[in-house]
Amino acid sequence: MKTYQCIVCSFIYDEAEGMPEDGIAPGTLWTDVPADWMCPDCGVSKADFEMIEI
Amino acid sequence: MTDLVAPQTPAAEAETAAKADTAAAVVIIGSGLAGYTLAREFRKLDKLTPLTILSRDHGDFYSKPMLSNALASNKTAATLVMKPAEKMAAELNASVRGQVQVERIDTAEKRITLVGGEVVPYRDVVLALGADTLHIAMAGSGADAVLSVNDLDDYARFAQQLEGAKSVVILGAGLIGCEFANDLLHRGIRSTVVDLADRPLSRLLPAPASAFLREKLEAAGVQFRFNLAVHQVVKTPDGFDVELTDNSHLQADLVLSAIGLRPRTAIAEAAGLAVNRGVVVNRLLTTSSAHVHALGDCAEVAGHVLPYVMPLMQQARALAATLAGTSTAVVYPAMPVMVKTPACPTVVCAAAPHAVGTWRVNTIPDGCDARFEDAQGGLLGFALLGSATVQKQLLTAQVAGWLS
Repeated sequence: MKTYQCIVCSFIYDEAEGMPEDGIAPGTLWTDVPADWMCPDCGVSKADFEMIEI
Repeated sequence: MTDLVAPQTPAAEAETAAKADTAAAVVIIGSGLAGYTLAREFRKLDKLTPLTILSRDHGDFYSKPMLSNALASNKTAATLVMKPAEKMAAELNASVRGQVQVERIDTAEKRITLVGGEVVPYRDVVLALGADTLHIAMAGSGADAVLSVNDLDDYARFAQQLEGAKSVVILGAGLIGCEFANDLLHRGIRSTVVDLADRPLSRLLPAPASAFLREKLEAAGVQFRFNLAVHQVVKTPDGFDVELTDNSHLQADLVLSAIGLRPRTAIAEAAGLAVNRGVVVNRLLTTSSAHVHALGDCAEVAGHVLPYVMPLMQQARALAATLAGTSTAVVYPAMPVMVKTPACPTVVCAAAPHAVGTWRVNTIPDGCDARFEDAQGGLLGFALLGSATVQKQLLTAQVAGWLS
Protein backbone atom coordinates (compact mmCIF):
# COMPACT_ATOMS: atom_id res chain seq x y z
CA MET A 1 0.00 0.00 0.00
CA LYS A 2 1.33 3.39 -0.97
CA THR A 3 0.41 6.99 -0.36
CA TYR A 4 0.12 9.79 -2.88
CA GLN A 5 0.26 13.51 -2.27
CA CYS A 6 -1.47 16.35 -4.07
CA ILE A 7 1.19 18.66 -5.49
CA VAL A 8 -0.92 21.71 -4.76
CA CYS A 9 -2.42 21.36 -1.29
CA SER A 10 -0.54 18.37 0.17
CA PHE A 11 -3.71 16.32 0.60
CA ILE A 12 -2.70 12.68 0.99
CA TYR A 13 -4.39 9.70 -0.62
CA ASP A 14 -3.58 6.58 1.34
CA GLU A 15 -4.38 3.36 -0.51
CA ALA A 16 -4.93 1.52 2.75
CA GLU A 17 -7.58 3.98 3.89
CA GLY A 18 -9.17 4.79 0.54
CA MET A 19 -11.79 7.53 0.63
CA PRO A 20 -15.02 5.88 1.70
CA GLU A 21 -16.87 9.23 1.79
CA ASP A 22 -15.95 9.64 -1.89
CA GLY A 23 -17.03 6.11 -2.75
CA ILE A 24 -13.47 4.74 -2.84
CA ALA A 25 -13.19 1.68 -0.62
CA PRO A 26 -10.25 1.13 1.75
CA GLY A 27 -7.51 -0.79 -0.03
CA THR A 28 -8.23 0.75 -3.44
CA LEU A 29 -4.96 0.98 -5.35
CA TRP A 30 -4.12 4.35 -6.85
CA THR A 31 -4.27 2.84 -10.35
CA ASP A 32 -7.87 1.84 -9.64
CA VAL A 33 -8.96 5.30 -8.55
CA PRO A 34 -11.04 6.72 -11.45
CA ALA A 35 -9.08 8.94 -13.86
CA ASP A 36 -11.58 11.76 -13.41
CA TRP A 37 -11.19 11.74 -9.63
CA MET A 38 -10.00 15.05 -8.23
CA CYS A 39 -8.36 16.13 -5.00
CA PRO A 40 -11.24 16.71 -2.58
CA ASP A 41 -9.46 19.67 -1.01
CA CYS A 42 -8.31 21.67 -4.01
CA GLY A 43 -9.62 20.10 -7.20
CA VAL A 44 -6.29 18.99 -8.68
CA SER A 45 -6.74 16.12 -11.10
CA LYS A 46 -5.50 12.60 -10.43
CA ALA A 47 -2.75 13.04 -13.02
CA ASP A 48 -1.20 15.79 -10.91
CA PHE A 49 -0.79 13.76 -7.75
CA GLU A 50 2.64 12.40 -6.93
CA MET A 51 3.69 9.33 -5.04
CA ILE A 52 5.39 9.80 -1.69
CA GLU A 53 7.89 7.33 -0.45
CA ILE A 54 6.96 5.96 2.95
CA MET B 1 13.68 45.97 -54.51
CA THR B 2 15.11 42.76 -55.86
CA ASP B 3 15.60 41.66 -52.27
CA LEU B 4 11.88 41.12 -51.94
CA VAL B 5 11.74 38.51 -54.69
CA ALA B 6 15.18 36.99 -54.19
CA PRO B 7 14.99 33.38 -52.97
CA GLN B 8 15.71 33.17 -49.27
CA THR B 9 18.81 31.53 -47.96
CA PRO B 10 18.12 28.52 -45.72
CA ALA B 11 19.24 30.58 -42.70
CA ALA B 12 16.83 33.40 -43.54
CA GLU B 13 14.03 30.89 -44.07
CA ALA B 14 14.68 29.40 -40.66
CA GLU B 15 14.64 32.86 -39.16
CA THR B 16 11.33 33.69 -40.82
CA ALA B 17 9.88 30.42 -39.58
CA ALA B 18 11.09 31.14 -36.06
CA LYS B 19 9.47 34.56 -36.18
CA ALA B 20 6.18 33.14 -37.37
CA ASP B 21 6.54 30.60 -34.61
CA THR B 22 6.90 33.08 -31.76
CA ALA B 23 4.05 35.20 -33.14
CA ALA B 24 1.93 32.05 -32.75
CA ALA B 25 2.99 31.57 -29.15
CA VAL B 26 0.84 31.47 -26.08
CA VAL B 27 2.59 33.60 -23.48
CA ILE B 28 1.73 33.30 -19.79
CA ILE B 29 2.83 36.14 -17.53
CA GLY B 30 3.37 34.66 -14.10
CA SER B 31 4.79 31.36 -12.84
CA GLY B 32 2.67 30.92 -9.73
CA LEU B 33 0.03 28.29 -9.25
CA ALA B 34 -2.23 29.98 -11.82
CA GLY B 35 0.41 30.25 -14.54
CA TYR B 36 1.82 26.75 -14.14
CA THR B 37 -1.55 25.08 -13.67
CA LEU B 38 -2.77 26.66 -16.88
CA ALA B 39 0.43 25.60 -18.67
CA ARG B 40 -0.03 22.02 -17.48
CA GLU B 41 -3.69 21.89 -18.47
CA PHE B 42 -2.91 23.50 -21.86
CA ARG B 43 -0.21 20.95 -22.61
CA LYS B 44 -2.66 18.12 -21.92
CA LEU B 45 -4.65 19.42 -24.91
CA ASP B 46 -2.06 21.05 -27.15
CA LYS B 47 1.47 19.67 -27.29
CA LEU B 48 2.83 21.81 -30.10
CA THR B 49 1.86 25.47 -29.86
CA PRO B 50 4.91 27.39 -28.63
CA LEU B 51 4.45 28.22 -24.96
CA THR B 52 6.38 30.83 -23.02
CA ILE B 53 6.13 31.55 -19.30
CA LEU B 54 7.49 34.87 -18.09
CA SER B 55 8.39 35.00 -14.41
CA ARG B 56 9.63 37.90 -12.37
CA ASP B 57 11.24 35.48 -9.92
CA HIS B 58 13.16 32.23 -10.40
CA GLY B 59 10.29 30.42 -12.12
CA ASP B 60 10.59 27.39 -9.85
CA PHE B 61 7.31 25.61 -9.21
CA TYR B 62 5.92 25.67 -5.70
CA SER B 63 2.43 25.73 -4.29
CA LYS B 64 1.57 28.98 -2.56
CA PRO B 65 -1.16 27.43 -0.37
CA MET B 66 1.56 25.35 1.29
CA LEU B 67 3.41 28.40 2.61
CA SER B 68 1.02 28.78 5.53
CA ASN B 69 1.46 25.20 6.74
CA ALA B 70 5.07 24.58 5.83
CA LEU B 71 6.32 24.36 9.42
CA ALA B 72 3.88 21.58 10.27
CA SER B 73 5.05 19.57 7.28
CA ASN B 74 8.72 20.30 8.03
CA LYS B 75 9.25 22.07 4.74
CA THR B 76 11.89 24.69 4.13
CA ALA B 77 11.95 27.29 1.37
CA ALA B 78 14.21 24.90 -0.54
CA THR B 79 12.06 21.80 -0.12
CA LEU B 80 8.89 23.74 -0.91
CA VAL B 81 10.19 23.93 -4.47
CA MET B 82 8.61 20.95 -6.14
CA LYS B 83 10.29 21.41 -9.48
CA PRO B 84 12.94 23.87 -10.61
CA ALA B 85 12.23 26.08 -13.60
CA GLU B 86 14.37 23.97 -15.96
CA LYS B 87 12.44 20.83 -15.13
CA MET B 88 9.12 22.63 -15.60
CA ALA B 89 10.32 23.92 -18.97
CA ALA B 90 11.26 20.40 -20.06
CA GLU B 91 8.04 18.80 -18.83
CA LEU B 92 5.84 21.47 -20.35
CA ASN B 93 7.84 21.81 -23.56
CA ALA B 94 7.85 25.51 -22.77
CA SER B 95 10.29 28.35 -22.55
CA VAL B 96 10.40 29.50 -18.92
CA ARG B 97 12.02 32.91 -18.63
CA GLY B 98 13.00 33.77 -15.07
CA GLN B 99 13.87 37.20 -13.65
CA VAL B 100 12.07 39.15 -16.35
CA GLN B 101 9.67 42.04 -15.80
CA VAL B 102 6.95 43.07 -18.20
CA GLU B 103 7.07 46.74 -19.09
CA ARG B 104 3.87 46.86 -21.12
CA ILE B 105 1.50 44.96 -23.35
CA ASP B 106 0.56 46.35 -26.74
CA THR B 107 -2.74 44.63 -27.51
CA ALA B 108 -3.08 46.17 -31.00
CA GLU B 109 0.31 44.84 -32.10
CA LYS B 110 0.00 41.70 -29.95
CA ARG B 111 3.36 42.07 -28.33
CA ILE B 112 4.85 42.40 -24.87
CA THR B 113 7.76 44.69 -24.12
CA LEU B 114 10.02 43.58 -21.29
CA VAL B 115 11.92 45.92 -19.03
CA GLY B 116 15.18 46.30 -20.94
CA GLY B 117 13.43 46.60 -24.29
CA GLU B 118 13.07 43.03 -25.53
CA VAL B 119 9.86 42.48 -27.49
CA VAL B 120 7.89 39.23 -27.11
CA PRO B 121 5.15 38.71 -29.71
CA TYR B 122 2.14 36.55 -28.87
CA ARG B 123 -0.88 34.85 -30.34
CA ASP B 124 -2.59 34.91 -26.95
CA VAL B 125 -1.32 36.29 -23.68
CA VAL B 126 -2.51 35.22 -20.24
CA LEU B 127 -2.21 37.39 -17.14
CA ALA B 128 -1.48 35.13 -14.19
CA LEU B 129 -0.10 37.95 -12.10
CA GLY B 130 -1.38 37.03 -8.67
CA ALA B 131 -2.13 39.53 -5.93
CA ASP B 132 -0.19 41.80 -3.63
CA THR B 133 -0.56 41.67 0.11
CA LEU B 134 -2.38 44.64 1.55
CA HIS B 135 -0.38 46.93 3.77
CA ILE B 136 -1.79 49.31 6.28
CA ALA B 137 0.09 52.44 7.09
CA MET B 138 1.77 52.08 10.48
CA ALA B 139 3.93 54.46 12.41
CA GLY B 140 7.15 53.60 14.16
CA SER B 141 10.75 52.65 13.49
CA GLY B 142 9.83 48.99 13.01
CA ALA B 143 6.96 49.49 10.56
CA ASP B 144 9.17 48.78 7.55
CA ALA B 145 10.34 45.51 9.07
CA VAL B 146 6.81 44.05 9.26
CA LEU B 147 6.83 40.93 7.09
CA SER B 148 4.23 39.44 4.84
CA VAL B 149 4.44 36.05 3.16
CA ASN B 150 3.08 36.20 -0.35
CA ASP B 151 5.57 34.12 -2.30
CA LEU B 152 8.43 31.69 -1.81
CA ASP B 153 11.10 34.39 -1.48
CA ASP B 154 9.01 36.03 1.25
CA TYR B 155 8.74 32.66 2.94
CA ALA B 156 12.51 32.20 2.87
CA ARG B 157 12.94 35.58 4.59
CA PHE B 158 10.26 34.73 7.12
CA ALA B 159 11.79 31.32 7.89
CA GLN B 160 15.23 32.85 8.29
CA GLN B 161 14.00 35.46 10.77
CA LEU B 162 12.04 32.81 12.59
CA GLU B 163 15.30 31.12 13.62
CA GLY B 164 15.51 31.59 17.36
CA ALA B 165 12.29 33.64 17.50
CA LYS B 166 10.05 32.98 20.49
CA SER B 167 7.18 35.36 19.89
CA VAL B 168 5.30 36.55 16.82
CA VAL B 169 2.55 39.12 16.44
CA ILE B 170 0.25 38.45 13.50
CA LEU B 171 -1.88 41.22 12.04
CA GLY B 172 -5.15 39.82 10.70
CA ALA B 173 -7.33 36.95 11.95
CA GLY B 174 -8.49 35.88 8.51
CA LEU B 175 -7.58 32.64 6.72
CA ILE B 176 -3.88 33.32 6.35
CA GLY B 177 -3.47 34.85 9.80
CA CYS B 178 -5.16 31.89 11.51
CA GLU B 179 -3.22 29.38 9.41
CA PHE B 180 0.14 30.93 10.26
CA ALA B 181 -0.83 31.19 13.93
CA ASN B 182 -1.62 27.48 13.94
CA ASP B 183 1.51 26.61 11.98
CA LEU B 184 3.79 28.53 14.35
CA LEU B 185 2.61 26.28 17.18
CA HIS B 186 4.66 23.53 15.53
CA ARG B 187 7.71 25.65 16.34
CA GLY B 188 6.49 26.13 19.89
CA ILE B 189 5.61 29.74 19.14
CA ARG B 190 2.42 30.99 20.75
CA SER B 191 1.64 33.94 18.53
CA THR B 192 -0.71 36.80 19.25
CA VAL B 193 -3.19 37.62 16.50
CA VAL B 194 -4.58 41.17 16.29
CA ASP B 195 -7.69 42.08 14.29
CA LEU B 196 -10.08 45.01 14.00
CA ALA B 197 -12.99 42.58 13.86
CA ASP B 198 -14.40 41.00 16.99
CA ARG B 199 -13.66 37.37 16.03
CA PRO B 200 -11.57 35.13 13.72
CA LEU B 201 -12.66 34.51 10.10
CA SER B 202 -15.34 37.14 10.64
CA ARG B 203 -16.12 37.39 6.92
CA LEU B 204 -16.59 33.68 6.42
CA LEU B 205 -18.10 32.27 9.59
CA PRO B 206 -21.21 33.01 11.64
CA ALA B 207 -20.38 34.21 15.17
CA PRO B 208 -20.85 30.86 16.98
CA ALA B 209 -18.52 29.13 14.51
CA SER B 210 -15.90 31.86 15.00
CA ALA B 211 -16.25 31.33 18.75
CA PHE B 212 -15.64 27.59 18.33
CA LEU B 213 -12.54 28.24 16.20
CA ARG B 214 -11.26 30.80 18.66
CA GLU B 215 -11.70 28.44 21.58
CA LYS B 216 -9.80 25.64 19.81
CA LEU B 217 -6.94 27.87 18.68
CA GLU B 218 -6.67 29.44 22.13
CA ALA B 219 -6.61 26.00 23.74
CA ALA B 220 -3.74 25.12 21.40
CA GLY B 221 -1.81 28.21 22.47
CA VAL B 222 -2.77 31.04 20.09
CA GLN B 223 -3.69 34.38 21.65
CA PHE B 224 -6.13 36.83 20.14
CA ARG B 225 -6.62 40.58 20.55
CA PHE B 226 -9.83 41.69 18.86
CA ASN B 227 -11.45 45.04 18.11
CA LEU B 228 -7.98 46.53 17.86
CA ALA B 229 -5.54 47.82 15.28
CA VAL B 230 -1.85 48.51 15.44
CA HIS B 231 -0.93 52.05 16.29
CA GLN B 232 2.81 51.72 15.84
CA VAL B 233 5.63 49.21 15.62
CA VAL B 234 8.86 50.27 17.31
CA LYS B 235 12.16 48.49 16.87
CA THR B 236 13.73 47.58 20.21
CA PRO B 237 17.09 45.98 21.01
CA ASP B 238 15.33 42.61 21.41
CA GLY B 239 12.78 42.79 18.62
CA PHE B 240 9.66 44.87 18.31
CA ASP B 241 7.27 46.72 20.53
CA VAL B 242 3.80 46.70 18.98
CA GLU B 243 1.51 49.37 20.34
CA LEU B 244 -2.17 48.74 19.81
CA THR B 245 -4.95 51.30 19.52
CA ASP B 246 -5.95 50.76 23.17
CA ASN B 247 -2.41 51.83 24.12
CA SER B 248 -1.47 48.31 25.24
CA HIS B 249 1.84 46.86 24.10
CA LEU B 250 2.94 43.51 22.73
CA GLN B 251 6.57 42.43 22.55
CA ALA B 252 7.56 40.27 19.62
CA ASP B 253 10.61 38.96 17.81
CA LEU B 254 8.72 39.18 14.54
CA VAL B 255 5.63 40.95 13.19
CA LEU B 256 3.74 39.28 10.35
CA SER B 257 1.02 41.06 8.40
CA ALA B 258 -1.76 38.92 6.89
CA ILE B 259 -4.60 41.33 6.37
CA GLY B 260 -5.60 40.53 2.82
CA LEU B 261 -4.81 40.60 -0.87
CA ARG B 262 -5.27 43.01 -3.71
CA PRO B 263 -5.27 41.69 -7.29
CA ARG B 264 -2.35 42.92 -9.39
CA THR B 265 -3.88 45.00 -12.13
CA ALA B 266 -1.30 47.65 -13.05
CA ILE B 267 -0.11 46.00 -16.28
CA ALA B 268 -3.69 45.45 -17.42
CA GLU B 269 -4.68 48.99 -16.59
CA ALA B 270 -1.71 50.41 -18.49
CA ALA B 271 -2.66 48.28 -21.49
CA GLY B 272 -6.12 49.87 -21.47
CA LEU B 273 -7.91 46.71 -20.33
CA ALA B 274 -11.04 46.87 -18.20
CA VAL B 275 -10.13 46.66 -14.52
CA ASN B 276 -12.42 46.71 -11.53
CA ARG B 277 -11.39 45.01 -8.27
CA GLY B 278 -9.36 42.64 -10.46
CA VAL B 279 -8.64 42.33 -14.17
CA VAL B 280 -12.13 42.04 -15.60
CA VAL B 281 -12.73 38.84 -17.58
CA ASN B 282 -15.81 37.04 -18.82
CA ARG B 283 -16.53 33.35 -18.32
CA LEU B 284 -14.13 32.56 -21.16
CA LEU B 285 -11.48 34.24 -18.98
CA THR B 286 -10.96 36.80 -21.74
CA THR B 287 -10.38 40.46 -20.89
CA SER B 288 -11.93 43.43 -22.67
CA SER B 289 -9.37 42.78 -25.42
CA ALA B 290 -9.49 39.57 -27.50
CA HIS B 291 -6.36 37.41 -27.15
CA VAL B 292 -5.67 38.77 -23.67
CA HIS B 293 -6.86 36.53 -20.84
CA ALA B 294 -6.51 36.42 -17.08
CA LEU B 295 -6.92 33.87 -14.31
CA GLY B 296 -6.12 33.25 -10.68
CA ASP B 297 -5.77 35.85 -7.95
CA CYS B 298 -5.46 38.81 -10.37
CA ALA B 299 -8.71 38.08 -12.18
CA GLU B 300 -12.27 39.19 -11.57
CA VAL B 301 -14.23 36.44 -13.26
CA ALA B 302 -17.84 37.30 -14.10
CA GLY B 303 -17.81 39.67 -11.12
CA HIS B 304 -16.11 37.33 -8.64
CA VAL B 305 -12.64 37.70 -7.14
CA LEU B 306 -11.89 34.35 -5.52
CA PRO B 307 -8.28 33.91 -4.44
CA TYR B 308 -8.59 30.19 -3.72
CA VAL B 309 -7.23 27.06 -5.35
CA MET B 310 -10.48 25.43 -6.42
CA PRO B 311 -11.69 28.33 -8.62
CA LEU B 312 -8.20 28.61 -10.06
CA MET B 313 -8.32 24.94 -11.12
CA GLN B 314 -11.69 25.46 -12.79
CA GLN B 315 -10.40 28.55 -14.57
CA ALA B 316 -7.24 26.83 -15.76
CA ARG B 317 -9.14 23.92 -17.26
CA ALA B 318 -11.62 26.15 -19.08
CA LEU B 319 -9.00 28.56 -20.38
CA ALA B 320 -6.71 25.73 -21.47
CA ALA B 321 -9.53 24.33 -23.60
CA THR B 322 -10.30 27.74 -25.06
CA LEU B 323 -6.65 28.36 -25.92
CA ALA B 324 -6.48 24.90 -27.50
CA GLY B 325 -9.35 25.81 -29.82
CA THR B 326 -12.54 24.81 -27.99
CA SER B 327 -14.26 27.86 -26.53
CA THR B 328 -15.13 26.84 -22.97
CA ALA B 329 -16.87 28.90 -20.29
CA VAL B 330 -15.67 28.41 -16.73
CA VAL B 331 -18.04 26.57 -14.40
CA TYR B 332 -17.98 27.07 -10.64
CA PRO B 333 -19.47 24.16 -8.73
CA ALA B 334 -19.76 24.48 -4.96
CA MET B 335 -16.15 25.12 -3.96
CA PRO B 336 -15.48 24.52 -0.27
CA VAL B 337 -12.30 26.08 1.12
CA MET B 338 -10.24 24.02 3.54
CA VAL B 339 -8.82 26.18 6.29
CA LYS B 340 -5.41 24.79 7.23
CA THR B 341 -5.85 24.99 10.99
CA PRO B 342 -5.23 21.42 12.21
CA ALA B 343 -6.00 22.55 15.79
CA CYS B 344 -9.54 23.07 14.52
CA PRO B 345 -10.27 21.42 11.16
CA THR B 346 -12.46 23.89 9.29
CA VAL B 347 -14.13 23.90 5.90
CA VAL B 348 -16.12 26.83 4.56
CA CYS B 349 -18.34 26.87 1.51
CA ALA B 350 -19.39 30.48 1.04
CA ALA B 351 -22.82 31.33 -0.31
CA ALA B 352 -22.89 33.32 -3.54
CA PRO B 353 -22.72 37.08 -2.96
CA HIS B 354 -26.17 38.59 -2.44
CA ALA B 355 -27.68 35.18 -1.68
CA VAL B 356 -30.46 35.78 0.83
CA GLY B 357 -30.55 33.37 3.72
CA THR B 358 -29.92 32.81 7.39
CA TRP B 359 -27.40 30.81 9.39
CA ARG B 360 -28.63 27.79 11.30
CA VAL B 361 -25.91 26.73 13.70
CA ASN B 362 -25.74 23.43 15.55
CA THR B 363 -23.08 22.93 18.17
CA ILE B 364 -22.34 19.21 18.34
CA PRO B 365 -19.85 17.31 20.53
CA ASP B 366 -16.44 18.76 19.61
CA GLY B 367 -17.78 20.41 16.50
CA CYS B 368 -19.86 23.14 14.95
CA ASP B 369 -22.20 22.59 12.00
CA ALA B 370 -23.36 25.87 10.48
CA ARG B 371 -25.62 25.96 7.44
CA PHE B 372 -26.66 29.02 5.48
CA GLU B 373 -30.17 28.35 4.20
CA ASP B 374 -32.80 30.12 2.13
CA ALA B 375 -36.40 30.56 3.27
CA GLN B 376 -37.32 27.10 1.96
CA GLY B 377 -34.47 25.42 3.82
CA GLY B 378 -32.35 25.05 0.67
CA LEU B 379 -28.62 24.96 1.38
CA LEU B 380 -26.78 28.07 0.11
CA GLY B 381 -23.49 27.57 1.92
CA PHE B 382 -21.96 26.09 5.06
CA ALA B 383 -19.18 26.11 7.58
CA LEU B 384 -18.12 22.90 9.27
CA LEU B 385 -15.68 22.79 12.16
CA GLY B 386 -14.13 20.05 14.23
CA SER B 387 -16.10 16.81 14.18
CA ALA B 388 -18.68 18.35 11.81
CA THR B 389 -16.20 18.33 8.92
CA VAL B 390 -17.18 14.73 8.11
CA GLN B 391 -20.33 16.23 6.53
CA LYS B 392 -18.27 18.05 3.90
CA GLN B 393 -18.86 15.80 0.87
CA LEU B 394 -22.52 15.36 1.64
CA LEU B 395 -23.23 19.07 2.01
CA THR B 396 -21.05 20.14 -0.92
CA ALA B 397 -23.22 18.03 -3.19
CA GLN B 398 -26.29 19.95 -2.02
CA VAL B 399 -24.97 23.46 -2.61
CA ALA B 400 -25.63 25.07 -5.97
CA GLY B 401 -22.54 26.35 -7.78
CA TRP B 402 -21.93 30.03 -8.44
CA LEU B 403 -21.53 29.69 -12.20
CA SER B 404 -23.22 26.71 -13.77
